[in-house]
Amino acid sequence: MARRLAVLSMLLVLAGCGGQAGASQANGGVLTVFAASSLQPAFDKIASQLDLNVGMTTGFNYLGTQTLTGQLQQGAAADVFASADTAHMTTLENAGLLSGPSKIFAHNRLEIAVQSGNPKGIHTLADLSRAGLVVVLADPSVPAGKYAQQALAKALVIVRPASLELQVTGVLTKVALGEADAGIVYVSDIVTSGKVDGVIIPDDQNVIADYPIAQLKTASNKSGAQAFIAFVLSPDGQAILKVAGLQGV
Amino acid sequence: MALAGLGLLFFLLPLAGLIVRAPWNQAVGAITSPETATALELSLFCSLAATAIALVLGIPLALVLSRTTGNLRRLMRALTTLPMVLPPVVGGVALLLAFGRRGLVGSFLYQAFGIQIPFTTAAAVMAETFVAMPFLVIAVEGGLRSLDPRYEEAARALGARGWMVFARVTLPLLRPAIFSGAVLCWARALGEFGATITFAGNFPGRTQTIPVAVYVALETRPDSAIILSLILLAVSLAILVGMRDRWLGAL
Repeated sequence: MARRLAVLSMLLVLAGCGGQAGASQANGGVLTVFAASSLQPAFDKIASQLDLNVGMTTGFNYLGTQTLTGQLQQGAAADVFASADTAHMTTLENAGLLSGPSKIFAHNRLEIAVQSGNPKGIHTLADLSRAGLVVVLADPSVPAGKYAQQALAKALVIVRPASLELQVTGVLTKVALGEADAGIVYVSDIVTSGKVDGVIIPDDQNVIADYPIAQLKTASNKSGAQAFIAFVLSPDGQAILKVAGLQGV
Repeated sequence: MALAGLGLLFFLLPLAGLIVRAPWNQAVGAITSPETATALELSLFCSLAATAIALVLGIPLALVLSRTTGNLRRLMRALTTLPMVLPPVVGGVALLLAFGRRGLVGSFLYQAFGIQIPFTTAAAVMAETFVAMPFLVIAVEGGLRSLDPRYEEAARALGARGWMVFARVTLPLLRPAIFSGAVLCWARALGEFGATITFAGNFPGRTQTIPVAVYVALETRPDSAIILSLILLAVSLAILVGMRDRWLGAL
């Protein structure tokens, strides 16, 4: 008797779960977004708002842009791709993986991340070449790493990094954990972190990152993808991006 | 029978894919390129160093384990085998929290002596030792358990003291277990990625071991990544062929 009850209740729970999934399927479905790791705070907020509006469930894969590009080229299935530079988006376009032209939806700039209170007294890019400083950069294969190399070249500074992280949030983490004295990350990373301080890089040394977004050819939730991209470009979405430290278009 | 065939295929196909899709015409160039040589040299150095440390610390540990009983033994066993089941990245985070500049031990080392462990080759060796040493400990402990105690008893009855018994009787009898444990440990250390990249970071020549180099090259230079993978595959195959069935016995 107890066993039959257990089986019955299990079936009811499963049916309930299935019912719920079915319900969300009827409304907005499930959306898969591959996005550069620097977009996590902004996109999480955008998703929570959008999901509420259209009854969708958005799932993210946040990694270095170069890793995501590689995964998509290997056949990973996603609906939307948001990149931290135009080069990787162009790679996918040339591979015929986009369903249409991409659109730039945000900009970002670089900033030096230092520990709270700036104990090592870092004020310029040139300070990063000081002996004994533990500086962490993103690997040049990561957009943020490529931008950092450009900024350092503009400032005529040579840095000997302790590590080349594979996503820009890795740089932020190392500084926040106290393992690194400084790192070059995006302005948005510092705004949303709260655990590190930022040192501004002047415009003539800084680099403007262009973030494009596009729907993928393999998108299974086309309406959801269009809704997501539209929301990102809308005033509401742009406002969320700005609060997260990015610059709108 | 069909299921067994499927299982075999599951192992065979990825290896076949690696070999078939390899850019063989670029192989020689890639193998002799300075980046590959650097990564290979570093990987060999770190994995051998990790194995050496594992031998020095692991054999005594296995000895103590085999002589302990009850709950203490169970606790020690769990502790020493934990790195085997722990996800490597988690191991890396744990190492960071213990030996990083703000870590349990690391903060003292940093403040007192200015020693920074993360992002150094030493950190890569420590990461590899952490994940690979359990293999050696388990293998040696297994060997100790299957030892016939009469040899040691006879030696002691004949007047040999503790050290003498260990060095002249126990160790030689343990040689197969130590050998297979060391080889497994070395193979595991060679392939370590998650803990290395979290604790030691990524920098060519200093902490970019072959698995890390493969991961970095995968997006920008996939052909290089495939060649590096093949090198590791060749090394792993050599280990397996060299060991044949011996390591199974030790486990």
